[in-house]
Amino acid sequence: MKAPTLSMFSRKPEIDAAPDIEAAALRSDKFRLQRESEWKRLEDILTRLEKGRLRKLSDEDVLALPTLYRMAASSLAVARETSLDSATLSYLESLVQRAWFQVYGPRQGLIAWLRKFLGGNLSRAIQEIWLDICIALFVMVAGTITGWLLVSRDQEWYYSLVPTQFADSRVPGASREVLLESLKVEDSASGMSAFAAQLFTNNAGVSILAFALGFAFGIPSLMLLVHNMAVLGAMLWLFSSQDLAWEFVAWLSVHGTTELFAILLAGAAGMHIGRKMAFPGHQSIVAAAAESGQRAAQVMIGVVLMLVFAALLEAFPRQLAGTEARAIIGVFMLIFWITYFFAFGREKKEAEI
Amino acid sequence: MSSAYLPSQIRERKARKQRLMVTPEGVSLPLTIASRGSRAGALMLDFTILSVTTITLTLILIWIAAGTFVEQEVNGLPGSGEFLFVVWSLMWFFAWNGYFMLFEMGPRGATPGKRLTGIRVASRDGGRLTPEAIVARNLLRDIELFLPLVLLLLAPSGESGAAGWAGLLWSLVFMLFPFFNKDSMRAGDLIAGTWVLDAPKQKLAATLSTEGAVAHGSSAITGAEYRFGDEELSVYGEYELQTLERVLRDGRPEALQAVAETICYKIGWNAGAGDERAFLEAFYGQLRARLETGMRFGNRKADKFS
Repeated sequence: MKAPTLSMFSRKPEIDAAPDIEAAALRSDKFRLQRESEWKRLEDILTRLEKGRLRKLSDEDVLALPTLYRMAASSLAVARETSLDSATLSYLESLVQRAWFQVYGPRQGLIAWLRKFLGGNLSRAIQEIWLDICIALFVMVAGTITGWLLVSRDQEWYYSLVPTQFADSRVPGASREVLLESLKVEDSASGMSAFAAQLFTNNAGVSILAFALGFAFGIPSLMLLVHNMAVLGAMLWLFSSQDLAWEFVAWLSVHGTTELFAILLAGAAGMHIGRKMAFPGHQSIVAAAAESGQRAAQVMIGVVLMLVFAALLEAFPRQLAGTEARAIIGVFMLIFWITYFFAFGREKKEAEI
Repeated sequence: MSSAYLPSQIRERKARKQRLMVTPEGVSLPLTIASRGSRAGALMLDFTILSVTTITLTLILIWIAAGTFVEQEVNGLPGSGEFLFVVWSLMWFFAWNGYFMLFEMGPRGATPGKRLTGIRVASRDGGRLTPEAIVARNLLRDIELFLPLVLLLLAPSGESGAAGWAGLLWSLVFMLFPFFNKDSMRAGDLIAGTWVLDAPKQKLAATLSTEGAVAHGSSAITGAEYRFGDEELSVYGEYELQTLERVLRDGRPEALQAVAETICYKIGWNAGAGDERAFLEAFYGQLRARLETGMRFGNRKADKFS
């Protein structure tokens, strides 16, 4: 009889496993029983890691994880050659697989990732798709001109281009006063935040669509861009026909520089995937798609952030500020985005090379 | 121990879903591509969870809004109502777009639905699953699922005419994408460089050779000792051994009886009834010892046909 000691309460699974090793009739089972306690410890650590209870893990356990993982992997390799116990083999396979995901998949915290993302990764991703941005910009300008030309030739085009929610009072033949009324400064901010929230969800939905459609080799993204810009071109013609072009552009530019830039980026990101899949270079199509997809996804996170800004700008300064203030805000935002995306994060890129 | 398929056919079918990944330690790990059925199940579970949550939140917000309408203003929404509307529309957007991303970025790489069906998202190149990849694979969900579903409802009504049908056909390409590649990737997986794998979580079963007739070679009920000769053990291979292991672990009496009869017939024994478990345990122990010894010398016997 042993006197009860403190060690009785510490969890050392070897103690109860020890007598079994002798009882095992098969060599492969002896092998298993000798290592079982380590596997169980690894499993315990993994379960806690998977539940996200990283803080509750002791330093010892964290340090032991790689060693335990390697032990389990070598146990698996040995067991494959010496044991026919399929329960043990499949247990080890699933254990090593789970451990592998935790050991070789170190996760950044969301905050750490966000800091890197805003501190250069976003800018770099955007710089890398410059060609697609140029193409998308060209397409958008072409779409605007098309819209303008179509409506100036035949005013019936206005009704088929512009969605009915915009064509309330802003229709061809409307007087200067009516059009000016639609650009007027609101006198209170009531209802504006609801407007902003709706704008944001709507625009974000559209830009996600523009991105996702890029998968089909980019053509639907381009069509979406052309259509949206043709609407703009048509309205631009309408306002300029009453000599209100400057007021309209100022009214639009408050949020428009941010919003149109975001839509431009979304379309370019979608097209980037399509282009890389059509012309993968010396990579396989699947690898090219994966690489460009991850790059484009970073751009898309940036797009959603930009659209939050755009919605806030659209709801408050656009409705509450006068023409000059509107234009100044718009130009300032444009300069801000261009500087952030194209001047920022360059040094790091060169340092990496 | 007989089934409609040959053991080699069963192995082949399993291998079709398996991909080998070699860890840096040089151990090859078999990864199993998740079945399309379990992925569809996971999606339905996630959608149920999402719908129930968002609709409940909507009802709660409506209830709160109804409470604030006491101080109704003359024109437009009252300030509190407007605030609730903002909360509601942002909640809706972030719930439906963020749910999948948030959960897949977690340490298990799976949404609750995927967790319940035992699958997870993993990076196809064996690297780590980056946030960018998760964002990419989830942004495509719109055109893969929502757009086809909308068109599926719209096109047959004939309102949108031929364009509706064309749109439906086009979007079905995305919806049916997983059925036309061997890794059952959806378009989002292709873009993000990910795939969905089975994530089995197994308990370690007890050792068979520490108890019963496997350890002692004799029955606890009758005391009879079963010893098998070389020719008797040489009729079966690894596949049959592992089938026998499964039968022993399940321990269903009818199965034990049927298997014992088959083995007796095959090796020409007449063991009698009532002591099947001990007979099978003894046979299992000795067959495994024999096959494992062969393994150590480099002779493997895959199944009874080899």
